[in-house]
Amino acid sequence: MTFFKLSTAAVAATLAATSVFAETEITWWHAMGGQLGETVNQIAADFNAAQDDYTITPVYKGSYEETLTAGIAAFRAGEQPNIMQVFDAGAATVIGAKGATVPVQDLLEANGVAFDINDYISGVRYFYADSEGKMIGMPFNSSSPIMYFNVDALAAAGVSAPKTWEEFQTVTAPALKAAGYIALSQSHLPWIFTENFMSRHNLPFATNNNGYDGTDTKILVNNDAIKNHFTSVLDWKEAGFFEWYGTGWGDNAKPFEEGKVAMWLGSSGSFGGLLQKDLGFEFSATNLPYWEAVTTEPTQTFIGGAALFAMAGKSADENKATAEFFKFLTSADVQYFWHQATGYVPITEAAYEVAKADGHYDRFPAAEVGIQQLSLAAGENTKGYRMGFYVQIRDVMNREYGRILTGETSVEEAFQNIETEANQLLARFAKTQG
Amino acid sequence: MKRAGFTNVWLPIALLLPQLSIIAIFFYWPAGWALQSSFYLQDPFGFGSTFVGFENYTDLTRNREYLRIAGFTVVFCGLVTFFSLALALLLAVKADKVIRGAKTYRTLLMWVYAIAPPVAGFMGIMFFDQRNGPITEFFQVLGWDFKLGVNYFDTATAMIMVSVWKQIPVNFIFFLSGLQSIPRAVREAAMIDNRSAAGRFWGVTFPLLAPTAFFLLIINITYALFDTFGIIDTLMKGEPGNNPMTLVYKVYLDGFRGNDLGGSSAQSVILMILVLALTVFQFRLIERRIHYT
Repeated sequence: MTFFKLSTAAVAATLAATSVFAETEITWWHAMGGQLGETVNQIAADFNAAQDDYTITPVYKGSYEETLTAGIAAFRAGEQPNIMQVFDAGAATVIGAKGATVPVQDLLEANGVAFDINDYISGVRYFYADSEGKMIGMPFNSSSPIMYFNVDALAAAGVSAPKTWEEFQTVTAPALKAAGYIALSQSHLPWIFTENFMSRHNLPFATNNNGYDGTDTKILVNNDAIKNHFTSVLDWKEAGFFEWYGTGWGDNAKPFEEGKVAMWLGSSGSFGGLLQKDLGFEFSATNLPYWEAVTTEPTQTFIGGAALFAMAGKSADENKATAEFFKFLTSADVQYFWHQATGYVPITEAAYEVAKADGHYDRFPAAEVGIQQLSLAAGENTKGYRMGFYVQIRDVMNREYGRILTGETSVEEAFQNIETEANQLLARFAKTQG
Repeated sequence: MKRAGFTNVWLPIALLLPQLSIIAIFFYWPAGWALQSSFYLQDPFGFGSTFVGFENYTDLTRNREYLRIAGFTVVFCGLVTFFSLALALLLAVKADKVIRGAKTYRTLLMWVYAIAPPVAGFMGIMFFDQRNGPITEFFQVLGWDFKLGVNYFDTATAMIMVSVWKQIPVNFIFFLSGLQSIPRAVREAAMIDNRSAAGRFWGVTFPLLAPTAFFLLIINITYALFDTFGIIDTLMKGEPGNNPMTLVYKVYLDGFRGNDLGGSSAQSVILMILVLALTVFQFRLIERRIHYT
């Protein structure tokens, strides 16, 4: 309630301010709907209220895919927004198009905003960077896949959340099944069981340094570790330990929220939403499990979510406004507000310290899991991946995984297909860059 | 016989101009662009591009998934066309015989026509919901563990059922007016010659309905090919995953979701050729054999 009152007051204040001063106006296209969208509007209103020189207008453009497509169409028509939110899978497209964006590091430095990549927490530094490590996109809603669990269900089964998949299949899942629960569901097979499977086990995901060093990249997804994992997932499904409710995110989250599924692999950014719902049970979260058989030193995961890109072709005044907004956005207080309201991780060390000092993690231990996981030991394969036409590659994965789980294809054949089609798409993408 | 004609050559052109310019701007111009970009692979933002000749087309013929989608499209079109025509015909024949409350009955049958495809799709989502959809529950009573969005076959069934349901009213209206335009004298003569109702239907009524049925056949094929997009899109809930889809949906996915402009353009050129073939077929081959009264 107070949140609404505050935001109304802030909007009113902004409107009043706009009518008096001639301000530089910039636009921000984003894909944050629902409760996340309200938080985005709040941040924009706060920025507008905090100074008199610039006004930012956030515009919701639909899903991540829709926002990217809308931004591309607008760019080609010369009507691009100043800031565009692009998700992890679209990174290669937007970063590959040199000239479409102003690298955020250049933008900040040109406008007198101090920038040090080491201010950012280690897991988010290089995902949206180029091969030399220059930050191109400003990480915004950064999340990582974590395991949420129903505290009551685990207590009823007399188990604790599993650290490894070995523990899950031998101890946790059978106990949960005996207690009348489906042990596990997950909401994004390409993100959680593929991309982050690679980073959690420090396995290479693609050639060319995970795709950062060139476009003649080949995917390395057809390996034994991940095939064994999917064979196990299939076994779990047959044993009643795991259920798959389709490709949609919400369809797999719902059974967890309803208390039928005891553990759910979702985004650390789902925290705020879960907290707002009246679930009827206590929930908490822990790190994404790993296979001890693959590694005994699990590494950090990739960031999911999206970054903000400053679009090219804008006046110096507007770019200055964008830089000022980025400065505001990355300030510790705003990051802490965003982190608290949504569950997305604070992207700077300073903001993490503020959250700790404020006792946020004493109140909500689950809120710290995402950032802890992103701050685990890094490996040579954990900074990110860069692959073109990756939206389609993800769709190919989703299709083949769906077929595995409905018995239409075998694990072996599915990964063969993914490898072949992904490499075809990568080769096609390389030609678009020519 | 005196032929009416224009004395001025510019007047007919001026009268045709609005229509011609609409076709030029909204069809020929984009179609030309699609044809051109189908020979290139280009960066979505418009920076780089490579001329690849027919590679976008040959890639499609080698892509097993594309061929599978083409196969599904054929099956989908066949089933949607058959069921929406057959059920509409049955309803029209029955409605034609109703005397008391005929208007109410017909209005109720035509009602669905006013529903937009995405709304129909959304209603489909509710009816086929995994947890509490009434049709899902009905199937489960019959022992079919129906799962929309999980199982390929189940999702295809839902898509076909919603598409058929949405199209029946259009066909119903045409069939009913077709039936009512059959002269009374012909029907009465048939009554004398043939005592079997089925015999009269197949021997007399159906051939007289043939022009209507043929027109509807073409309309229904194009409906199933293109206009079901909204239904398919809504039932997929934004995630193609392992769901079935039609060729036109694939054009959208590759172009608008995947930003592969070259590949998507090649696919739309293929669809254009398909429609062209369908039109030629309609005018050249079949129209000659059907007698319009």
